[in-house]
Amino acid sequence: MDLTPVVEGFGVVLEPTNLLFCLIGVVVGMLVGVLPGLGPAATIAILLPITFGLEPVTAIIMLAGIFYGAQYGGTITSVLLRLPGEASSVVTVFDGYALARQGRAGTALGIAAIGSFVGGTVSIVALSLVAPVVAGFALDFGPPEYTALALLGILLVATVSSGHRVKALVAACVGLLLATVGRDSFTGAARFTFDNLSLADGIDFVPIAMGLFGLGEILYNLEERHRRVQAPARVADVWPSRSDLRASSGAIGRGSAIGFVLGVLPGGGATIASLAAYGIEKRRAKRPERFGQGAVEGVAAPETANNAAATSSFIPLLTLGIPANATMAVIFGALLIQGVTPGPRLVDEHPDLFWGVVNSMYIGNILLLIMSIPLVGLFVRILRVRATILAPITVLITLIGVYTVGNDVFDIALVIAFGALGYLMKKLGFEPGPLVLAFVLGSLLEDSLRRSLIIFEGDATGFLTRPISGTLLAAFAVVALLPLVRAALTRRRARTPM
Amino acid sequence: MSEQRFPDAPADPQEAEREVRPPLAGPVTDVVVALAVVGLGVAALVGSLALGAGSPRTPGTGTWPLLVSIALVGLGLGLLALSGRTRDAERFTRASLHVLAGLATMIGFVAVVRVIGFEIPATLLMLVWLRFLGREPWRTSIVTSLAAVVVLYVVFVGLLAIPIPHMF
Repeated sequence: MDLTPVVEGFGVVLEPTNLLFCLIGVVVGMLVGVLPGLGPAATIAILLPITFGLEPVTAIIMLAGIFYGAQYGGTITSVLLRLPGEASSVVTVFDGYALARQGRAGTALGIAAIGSFVGGTVSIVALSLVAPVVAGFALDFGPPEYTALALLGILLVATVSSGHRVKALVAACVGLLLATVGRDSFTGAARFTFDNLSLADGIDFVPIAMGLFGLGEILYNLEERHRRVQAPARVADVWPSRSDLRASSGAIGRGSAIGFVLGVLPGGGATIASLAAYGIEKRRAKRPERFGQGAVEGVAAPETANNAAATSSFIPLLTLGIPANATMAVIFGALLIQGVTPGPRLVDEHPDLFWGVVNSMYIGNILLLIMSIPLVGLFVRILRVRATILAPITVLITLIGVYTVGNDVFDIALVIAFGALGYLMKKLGFEPGPLVLAFVLGSLLEDSLRRSLIIFEGDATGFLTRPISGTLLAAFAVVALLPLVRAALTRRRARTPM
Repeated sequence: MSEQRFPDAPADPQEAEREVRPPLAGPVTDVVVALAVVGLGVAALVGSLALGAGSPRTPGTGTWPLLVSIALVGLGLGLLALSGRTRDAERFTRASLHVLAGLATMIGFVAVVRVIGFEIPATLLMLVWLRFLGREPWRTSIVTSLAAVVVLYVVFVGLLAIPIPHMF
């Protein structure tokens, strides 16, 4: 492996501007994690307009910092207030808050910070080794392989989303339809534009992401669903004792591995990784009844896993151009805005961007470790800023920010429409993630499918005769059919008398 | 978040959420949602056919949207069959009126921003959200609204020179 681009990547990160934006990203991420309501996908979406004026590397370094910073920020409120700022920190609540009640909030936060650092770092090292190999393998991919890969990615994300599978697939189909609005790239014919000039070039990604994730979430929270926050537990003795470290070292090791693997899988990511890591530690424990009562492993495992997964979920995006989850879909959109198409050629064509972003994660993780503990007090104070004040300010930033996309008031109208749609989707049990993901993959999927059909002269079995696309489609069939088979077996078992 | 399954959670995971969820919606909502999905699918299907469905050998402008809309109709019918069994939709309550009010302020903003600039509609939006939706005291509401709009003006118009319609 030629290490020159890796070393040059460090040079990119250590440029003062990039270091500054890495710091800004990590701090904003931690803040977002602390404040319940807006998640990393929403925040990155809202901040997209700010990135227009930045260099691509700087922009993505900041957005990546927000993503993994949020994973740690969510821990602080989970431990101190029993209020998970992020879905990936929900499981940390169980033992983190129990430790806080025993006066060991500092220990829980310290273990979480160390676990996050180790998990993140292990994942970056693995990413540095695996990503170029995956990208090299994917260089041979043609339209049929991309068709199968995009289909599988969308299906996996829809299958493992928290809502009902059918609803997630509906959201994905709506995303695919929205992606068809505008000029057909093959024929130039206008599609679903209703003679509106602002729709001629298609719907921009930014109003969709800002509306569905940002405004949709704010509107959803307007229904007074969060009770007032109580006074947080006191934080003392932040540095964990040697016995705590010994007790959690195995959990941190296993959490790193689980997080890395689950983060790479489409539809995986931080939340599932944290749940899996917690579950495994509980099953392995000699006294599983300690879990939920303040076991340090119960904090170490999920916190390590969620940071490891946050990092490794960059692999499918940067090597295949397939985002593994909703936040990666937003970062995918940010890269496209910057004129960079993520995919297997990224490592060769933009090594500065690829290695700059990867190496910025080392620096970001060190910044997280250094800042997280001293800043706990500040974050707790920020929690006192009421959501009622933050919400309208965020709304205004969104409305004015989206205008900057094309200096067009129509984009403001669009973001409001998608905000209303996002609210309705959440209210009615539809996750917005699959919609956004399908939207960003929509044109790739359509183009690849049409090109493939032309290559195969209309014979769709051609997809099955090529080894990679055939394997991917077989995986697609398994993922699609497995729930149906399982449901049929359950029904049969229920009918069979014992 | 609360739809997530936590097999290893302690007895009171709901309390950990500290989230007040409205009651679940009934089967009527499920049927309406399913019909809306089918309706959207049919509309897209008709539109796709009008664009030209093409053939597998020569896919046309409408081929891909046609495939997606057929899938959407199928999924909508699937939702219809599942009515009353998904149990993840929330009922619309009086609190939902807050959302309508919030949306109304945004629609008001976009309706007048081109004519009178963003300053006055932004201040009014802030005021409605703070005083009436957030029940903040009048003084906090007025001071925060004015301060937020001044800061946004300085950042977006002054520093970033974004050509958003403005009065001053």
